[in-house]
Formats: sequence, C-alpha cells, structure tokens
Amino acid sequence: MTERRETRAEPEEDLPVYLARPGTADQVPRQKYGGMFCSVHDAFERKTIDFDALSVGQKGSRTPRSPRRDTGQEARSPVSDRRVSPSPQQLETRTRKDEEVLQSLEDGKSDRLLIKGGRIVNDDQSFQADIYMEDGVIKQIGDNLIVPGGVKTIEANGKMVIPGGIDIHTHFQMPYRGTTTVDDFAQGSKAALAGGTTMIVDHVIPEPGTSLMEAFDQWRQWADEKSCCDYSLHVDITHWNDSVKQEVDNLIKEKGVNSFHVYMAYKDYYQMNNSELYEIFTFLAERGGIAQVHAENGEIIAEEQARMLQMGITGPEGHVLSRPEEVEAEAVFRAVTIASQTNCPLYVTRVMSKSAADIISQARKKGNVVFGEPITASLGTDGTHYWSKNWAKAASFVTSPPLSPDPTTPDYLNTLLSSGDLSVTGSAHCTFSVAQKAIGKDDFTQIPEGVNGVEERMTLIWDKAVTTGKMDENMFVAVTSTNAAKILNLYPRKGRIAVGSDADLVIWDTDSVSTITAKTHNSAAEYNVFEGMELRGAPTVVICQGKIVLEDGKLHVTSGVGRFIPCSSFPDFAYKRIKARKQLAVLRAVPRGMYDGPVSEFSMSRGGTPSASARSSPTKQPVRNLHQSGFTLSGPPTPDDLPARPPGRRIVVPPGGRSNITSLS
Amino acid sequence: MSGYQGKKNIPRITSDRLLIKGAKIVNDDQSFMADIYMEDGVIKQIGDNLIVPGGVKIIEAHGRMVMPGGIDVHTRFQMPDRGMVAADDFYQGTRAALAGGTTMIVDHVVPEPGVSLVGAFKLWREWADSKSCCDYSLHVDITEWNKGTQEEMESLVKDHGVNSFLVYLAYKDVFQLSDSQIYEVFSVIRDLGAIAQVHAENGDIIAEEQRRILELGITGPEGHVLSRPEEVEAEAVNRSITIANQTNCPLYITKVMSKSAADVIALARKRGAVVYGEPISASLGTDGTHYWSKNWAKAAAFVTSPPLSPDPTTPDYLNSLLSCGDLQVAGSAHCTFQTSQRAVGKDNFTLIPEGTNGTEERMSIIWDKCVVTGKMDENQFVSVTSTNAAKIFNLYPRKGRIAVGSDADLVLWDPDVTKIISAKNHNLAVEYNIFEGMEVRGGPLVVISQGKVVLEEGNLHTTEGCGRFVSRKPFPDHVYKRIKARSRLTELRGVPRGQYDGPVCEVAVTPKVMSTVSSGNVSPTKQQQQSSTHQPVRNLHQSGFSLSGAQVDDNIPRRNTQRIVAPPGGKANITSLG
Repeated sequence: MTERRETRAEPEEDLPVYLARPGTADQVPRQKYGGMFCSVHDAFERKTIDFDALSVGQKGSRTPRSPRRDTGQEARSPVSDRRVSPSPQQLETRTRKDEEVLQSLEDGKSDRLLIKGGRIVNDDQSFQADIYMEDGVIKQIGDNLIVPGGVKTIEANGKMVIPGGIDIHTHFQMPYRGTTTVDDFAQGSKAALAGGTTMIVDHVIPEPGTSLMEAFDQWRQWADEKSCCDYSLHVDITHWNDSVKQEVDNLIKEKGVNSFHVYMAYKDYYQMNNSELYEIFTFLAERGGIAQVHAENGEIIAEEQARMLQMGITGPEGHVLSRPEEVEAEAVFRAVTIASQTNCPLYVTRVMSKSAADIISQARKKGNVVFGEPITASLGTDGTHYWSKNWAKAASFVTSPPLSPDPTTPDYLNTLLSSGDLSVTGSAHCTFSVAQKAIGKDDFTQIPEGVNGVEERMTLIWDKAVTTGKMDENMFVAVTSTNAAKILNLYPRKGRIAVGSDADLVIWDTDSVSTITAKTHNSAAEYNVFEGMELRGAPTVVICQGKIVLEDGKLHVTSGVGRFIPCSSFPDFAYKRIKARKQLAVLRAVPRGMYDGPVSEFSMSRGGTPSASARSSPTKQPVRNLHQSGFTLSGPPTPDDLPARPPGRRIVVPPGGRSNITSLS
Repeated sequence: MSGYQGKKNIPRITSDRLLIKGAKIVNDDQSFMADIYMEDGVIKQIGDNLIVPGGVKIIEAHGRMVMPGGIDVHTRFQMPDRGMVAADDFYQGTRAALAGGTTMIVDHVVPEPGVSLVGAFKLWREWADSKSCCDYSLHVDITEWNKGTQEEMESLVKDHGVNSFLVYLAYKDVFQLSDSQIYEVFSVIRDLGAIAQVHAENGDIIAEEQRRILELGITGPEGHVLSRPEEVEAEAVNRSITIANQTNCPLYITKVMSKSAADVIALARKRGAVVYGEPISASLGTDGTHYWSKNWAKAAAFVTSPPLSPDPTTPDYLNSLLSCGDLQVAGSAHCTFQTSQRAVGKDNFTLIPEGTNGTEERMSIIWDKCVVTGKMDENQFVSVTSTNAAKIFNLYPRKGRIAVGSDADLVLWDPDVTKIISAKNHNLAVEYNIFEGMEVRGGPLVVISQGKVVLEEGNLHTTEGCGRFVSRKPFPDHVYKRIKARSRLTELRGVPRGQYDGPVCEVAVTPKVMSTVSSGNVSPTKQQQQSSTHQPVRNLHQSGFSLSGAQVDDNIPRRNTQRIVAPPGGKANITSLG
C-alpha cells in the first residue's frame, strides 16, 4: 500500500494510472471520518469541473508551452484502466512511510522531482495531473509523463497541489532601536516554509534621511545570507525629496523593486503629508510602481496617545484606545482619494478593521484601482486580548493598525477576502521578544509593534475561509499566492502551477488538524497571537525551488538558498486599467476670447498657488475621467456675449431639465 | 411705511402692533389655522378671536400660509478679499434676504491670519450694526491656531454670543489648518459647548491639482472645477467627521456641493455621528456645467468652493437628501463679486474671487425644487429653512418658530406665485445671477421682520441699520444632549495589572515614535490607584459593542502555555464538536 515509491526501481510499473483514466470524475464512494460533524472526504475535491480528466489528450491547451506528449499518453492509457485508485483510507498512513527515503534523497538528485496523482489547484481551476520539475522549474504537467529514470516521486494520491504561498508582507530582521526583530531571515523564512509559504516579500525600511539604495543593499545582503526561500523586497519611503525620487527611479529601473510603501502614521517620524503623498503617487504612476500605504491618521493618533497617557492609561489597552478603527478608515479613504486623483494603483497594507475594509470595497465598486491586504492576525484573532491581565500577553498583540476589539471583525474580513473585495493576504510578521516589548512596560507608545503570522497564514485562511465554505480552493490559491504574484508582476513565474513556472509547490492536506502554540511554532517569539487555536488544513509536503523542504512534519531548509526575485514595473494586473484611464483623463481648456472688461485692483497678499504663466487656447472640449465623475460633457454650452449689465432677457433652460411643474402647464 | 427708528431700541409706534388674520400657521411640526397678534417685535397672542387693542394694523391672510421667517445660516456679506470687498454689503445683502423671505442671516467673520478674532468680530459687528436691515448673528472663522486663539474663542463664547466656529481644510498656506490643529480646535470647541463648522476640501490635493491644471494650460474657470473634484470634498468631509467623532465634538459641514460629500454625511449620521450638512442655494438649484461656458464672465460667476458639481443630477439628489433629513439646513453662502472683481483671475482661475449669490433665491428655490415636486411638505420646508438652523445654533424658539414669545419674524407665503429669476430684477449689486432664467414657483407675499412689514405688494420697506445682533448661548440642547451623554460613556480606564518584572531589552535612547507625549505621568502607582476592576467601556457609537466578561488571567510572561485557550468569538472549527 505504498503511496510514494522510489521510482528508480520500476518507473514503467509505477504509472499515475488511476489519474490518466478518462473520466476520473466517476463516482467514487465517499467515506466519512470522525462522525457526522467531520467534513466529508473529497468534499472539496470535485468542485471544479475536471475538464482535463474528462478529455485525455487536450491537456496542453491550458499550458501552451508544455511539450506535446500525446504519444506517451495514448500508449499508457490502456494500462491505466486496469488500475484501481487506492482507497482514500491510505492517506492516513502515507506520511509515516518514507522518512528514511527522504533523508537519503537530500544528497542525491533531488532536483528532479515528480508529483504523481496530485490534484493541481490554480486560481482558475483544479484538475488532476502529474507534475515533473527539474532545476527548480516545472517542466511538464500532464498524465503519463516521460521522465528520466531515477527521479524521486511523490505520490499525492489525489491530494491538492497548490502553488506555494507568497507572503507579501513581512518584516524579518527589522532593526528596531539598536536591536532587531527576533525572527531573522533564516528563522522567518523557515517558519514561512513550515506553513506552506515559499516566497516572502519583505519591507526595506530606511531610516528617515538615509539612502534608500543603501538600505535596499543592506536588506539584500541580510536576506541573501540567510533566506531559505525566494524573496523580493518592497521599499518604504520614509522621507521625500528629489534625491529620494532619483533613488526610487533607480530602484524601479535597475533593482527590481516595483512597490513602495508610505506611512500616513508615525507623526514626525515616517509620516508623509498629503502633498508628499500626492507627489509620490504621481511619480509612481509615471514609473509603473505600486503605491502601498500604512493607513492611519498619525496626527489624530498623536493627540489621542497624549490624551491616554494623561488619563493614566499606560498599558497595551492604550494602544488600541488611541488608535480607533475610524482613524484607520479615514486614512484609507484619504489614500484612495489621492490615488484616484493621481491615477496611481493603491495597495493598502494591513487592513485590520471592518470600516477600513468597507472603504476599500466601496472604492473598488466606484472603480478605483485599489487592493486591500488583510493580515493573518486580523483574519484570525481580535483585539480583546489587549485587555488581558497578563501584560506580556497583551503586549504581544500590539501592532499598528491595532487588532480590532470587535470580535466579529475576523469573520467579516474573511468574508470580504472571499468575495474578492480584499485581494491578497500577508502576515506583517514582525516579532519581538517579551523583553523587547517590555521597553514599553510603562508607556504603551514605546512598545515595539508587530505580531507573528507567517507560519500560520495559509492554515488559518484555510480554516477560517475554506472549511467554513466562504471560499473554494481556487480562491484560496488566488488570495494566498496568485493575486500577490500578479500585483508584483511575478505571474506566472510564481503563483501558478504551469510549465515554466517555478517549482514552488505545496501538497495540502485538507484534513489535518493542528493546534497552534508557541511551544511548537518555528518563530523565535515567546508568544503566539493564535495560541491555542485549533486549525484544520496544513501543508504535508512543501517544495521550494524544486526541493522538498517539508515532509513528514520535518523541515529541511538551507539558509541562504533564497534568491532575490526582481519585480518589473507596470504590472498588467494593475496598470492595464490605469493606462486606459490615462488616455481618457486628458483635460482641455475652453477656448474663449480674451476677457477685456474692467479689472478690479487687488493685492496679491493671499490666495493663489504658484502659477504657471498664462497660456490659453487649446481647442477641444473638456473630457473628464469617467471613473471620477460618471458622466461626460458633450456639446458646447451656449456661447454668450460679452458681459454686460443686463445679460438675461432670454430664458435658459436649467441644466438637467426643469423640475418645475409650472413649465408643463 | 416705517420710517427710521434707530437701532436696537424699537420705539413704540402704532405700526409695531400687527394682527394677521385667518392665517394657516406652519411650524416644523404642524400647521393650523389661527390669528397672530404681535407687539414690539414679539408674538403676543396666537388663537382665534383675539382681544387686541384698537388701531392695530391688520393683514388678512385669507388662509394663506404664515411661516417663521427664513434663517440664512451662511452669508458672507461685505467680505474682504485681497483688498476687494464682496459686492453685496450688509445693507444690500440683508435687503435681498428680506426680499426672499429670509428675516435673519448669520454671517461669517473671516479674520485675516494674524489678526485677533475678537478684533475682527468687533469690526464685523460695526459693519453689520450700521447697515443690516434684519437681525443677524455671526460665526467666527478660525484661520490660524495658537495659544491666543483659544482664549479669544473662550471670550467670544462667554462674552460675545458666538457659539460656532468654522475651520478650513482648504486654502493651503492661507487659512488651512492641519489635522492636529483641527483636533485641538475641536476639543476646545467641545469644551466651550460650541459648534464646529468646516469648509471641507482637501487643500493639499487641490494645491497640487491647481498646479497641474495650470501647467496643462487651462487657465479659465473650468480649471477651478477640474482642480477641485468632488472626491476631494468627500475626503475632507470624511476626515473632519473622523476627527469630530474622536473629539466628541458636534460638526456642521458648510456648503455641501456634491453627491459624494452628501453621501459621506448621510452615512456618518447612520453610524450615529453628530454631524449636520448644509447644502446651499447654488448646489440645490444649479450645477457646474456652466464652468465650461464660452462667456468667461458667466463662467466666472459660478466660481465658488467647493465648486458646483458638473454632474447635472446633483441638485436633485441634494434636494432629496435635504427632504429626507440627511441634510438639515439650507444656507446660501451668499458672497458676490462684480465681474470686474472676478476678472482679477482672468488669466488664472486660482485668483478668481470665490462665491455665488443665493440669499434672495434660497427659499423660493427650495420650495420649487422640494415642495412643489412633492419631496417635502410645508412643515419640512420650515425646518430646513429656519427651525433646524435655529435649533442647531441655539436660537430656538426665539427664532424658527411661530409661538407666543417668539420674535415676530414672519413670512406670508404664496405657493402659487411664479417668478423668473434674473439679474435684471434681483436686489443684488452684481451683473450675473447664477440662477438666471430659472422659473420658480412659490415666493413671499408679505415679510414681517421685527414685527414690521418690510415686504408688501412687491415693495421693500427696509431700514438700514435696524438689524440687531442676536447673541447665541453655548451648549444648544439640540446638539449637546447627545454629546453630553456620550462624554459620560466614553470614559476610558486602564487595566489594573501587576507590574511587569521580566527582562527588558536595552535600547538606544531615541524613541521610535516621537509623539507629543510627556512621560512624566507614568508612575506605576498611579496605575494601581485606578479604581479597581472596571471593565473598559468603549464609545458604543464608535464600535458597536462593549467588552464585558473578564479576560483570561495569565500570570507570568513565560512560555506557560500548555492549556488551550479558546479563541475569542468561539471556534469556527467543526472538529471541536465531534
């Protein structure tokens, strides 16, 4: 009953036969485990119409670059008919089997890998096929693949194979007042891999006044040394001037960064004012970057913090009291407005509250190009813990924007994530030890901010959104990897299982149940904000860069193998729409004769912004951005004569028609 | 018919006694038939078969509606702007107001930054006292913020009868205040029991957009509206509501010009915020398509901020919201400039002085757009034109109601008269009327101000300088009842905890977040003094739930976590049941 075998022995015998059988969608007896409340096995498997299984030989249509392999298929298909698919019961035992095998593979040619009998889940569809990968790239997808001998084979037995997760928001090894967060790139990416995340995108945070480029190089160095998985970097803009502008330009053009993060909070430190935001967004829109914002109104927060401390509230509850969710929503609204004015794609990091999420979904309904990123913590837990009597526990939840004390928030955010109003998930993983958090033991404003979540992200979303029926497995893939890859312009290299994509895969076990606890997690922090949560769904095998890094609950990671993945500018996912709008939004002046009447004397003492010299006379009708106002002006307004005292004998019809009933009589 | 009587002390002459017979009295809550007798500018009796002295002037209403005179809560008569002065001064302006059925105006005092608020207030008083033909009151605009400003606000509220202050979110580098300053202003206003008014537009974005539009070569009035899209207005409305909620301060949004801004207000009210919205005659009556007029002077006449929305469905939408109560008060924001004054900005739209007319047309436009179309009834009409304004600004029931003891400011309204608005016959000093050619139904037949007939048979009999300053007390009930209840609720308390005694990381001295925080008051003893075990109470309107039930009590900050804590909100995991 071995599910996974050494293919070296008999590659011919070991065909993925039951998968190649036409009509795999046949009825398979379903079996229940664990009583009536347990989910039905396979319940999540047949949701997508399995075209590929039904039509043998047309598999290549979806992945055009895959080599044709029809001959092999036809030759083998008779064999497949004889085979019977193994009973699902065997899934329980399979992981036990091959511990020794795995170890021996570590030295060998583990670069070639075949996953047999998996159900490939992309964001658009699910289908049964084998995957063959070599040198960290997926080389073939299909049934009855012709693969070299001596390839390590993993029998998936119909389990889901999904693209490895992309955690689009981490803060590993973040410097903080002379120390760094406890999870460095090695520890952090290890935790990521343990949770089924095979790529992380970290934030570069240059100190205000220092060079972005130097900070970027510094982060590259740290990550290159230590990261166990592929990574990419966002760069935070913490101050703004012409030299920063130049650096941003260089980062986009030469360094493979396409997303820049600005802060609307942290007054007098990172915070940007509205004018700066406008300039940054305008610049990014020109260069094809994505504008990310930390959305909180720093000015209100500063005032509220002072008020809390005056009232004698110094514990972590002051953190959430001084940062009410309205303040988050306000900043999101403002960021959306500025982005819409500048026609720049906007990405809101850390959506923590219902109100903020609502603003994003409203903006999307109005047609704005805006993406929202809830994080593991906001999807999984709430802010009631800030009132915990255990200071250290309460402090471990401190992050900004804070977790909402409204306990219905996680459910709400999961729903919006499922409906597509929120687009991607990150973890904002940024962990501090209790000793570090204790810097703020007498003043909550000094508590270093950040929560864990990189390891729990995938499982948590599965448990909260998929097992509850909010989203299906394809949507799960979309929010955990595909959308992120699209925004970063890494698609389809990442975030998809297709020929030519990176071999970052996860075999997902929908049934395994695990309890999260700081005792067993892979982070170095003493507290886990999800402590005690029992979650269903977990990765059983994680493949990163074509190598198995997690199997049988054991991690085999290598520090420093992670590559920097450069992101190119103008991601289609965001910029196709932006480009179309740019063409529409051209503004034109009204051609008029020069005004030659009398002009009053006035002093220039106030009013008026720096103005360019008066140029006038373009010759077309004004066109407004349709997305901004929902109508376009057509037909020139009636020209009038020069201003004279009695201009109005004639009766102008009020625009929009009369509501006056008398005009009818 | 009434000669000069000097101001403030109304001499007792017979024309001060007035009886309106057979009127249908329309208040904001009900309409009923009765006679009204007034004396010395005050309503003395209401009822049938009143016993009145002989020799009283009698007006036969013949069943027509008599309603409280309109209150125009937003005018800017005689406003100085860069050395120029708005074309309609207090005389011309209040005359126009009376002609339209408005018997009280509330003007804005706009101190130049750097000028004392009280000084500016006195200057405005002087202007208005010498010229105003009807009662008036004053809002004071806060154009800069410093320590002295707070004291002046206090003195204005306590000694000068001002209970509303306006702050600007627009006009960068001139009037605009930052979010922190607004937070502080609102806190002060709440403590004083006044109303915070805002001019809601994001000045930062506008400044950037103006520069961009000028660079594109757009210099005409259309640049004004292009550089001030309605989103920018909505954003500022949203921001000011957020700050007002945080500070628990009542908020009044002046000049609601766009659908989005009105929507934001309506939403906020649904969430429980104490916020009021004021559409103006211009936004209720016309739209911004005229900015594209080929006639520069006409286009320029529409320039006001926030601009009229180019969306022609806006007036109808705003009228609907006004009718359903989501917007409460109609003003006019009357601030007019001659074409020659506007022409200051002939080569650059940012220099065009801003403002439109509307004080004369306000009542008629609302009647025509809302009552005639069936959106609101006559009582609602009275609320939005006078009663709500009187309540919000603490003039009620002296103004805004027909009742014994109220001021004798009345309008005999003719719902059937039709009129074509035109610059030819309006009572203003400007060449353009933005409602030019509009045919409106409904208008005042007789207007009584301070117990004297000022409009009769189409003739105005106004007296320059007879307008009294009406002082307003702080803490209007209509607004502050709710605010007071909330401030009791929002009391916050810390969590009583033992002192953290674990290891503390050594850090560099520079704190990460530099807020304006003095760390003097953080002694742990204070924490324990915090009266025992109260659960934290949150503002119910802000988050919709209250925390109750004790948290799981942990002891030592270590890895003490063998036990399984139930996730808050219960487990979503089905397996826990099996």
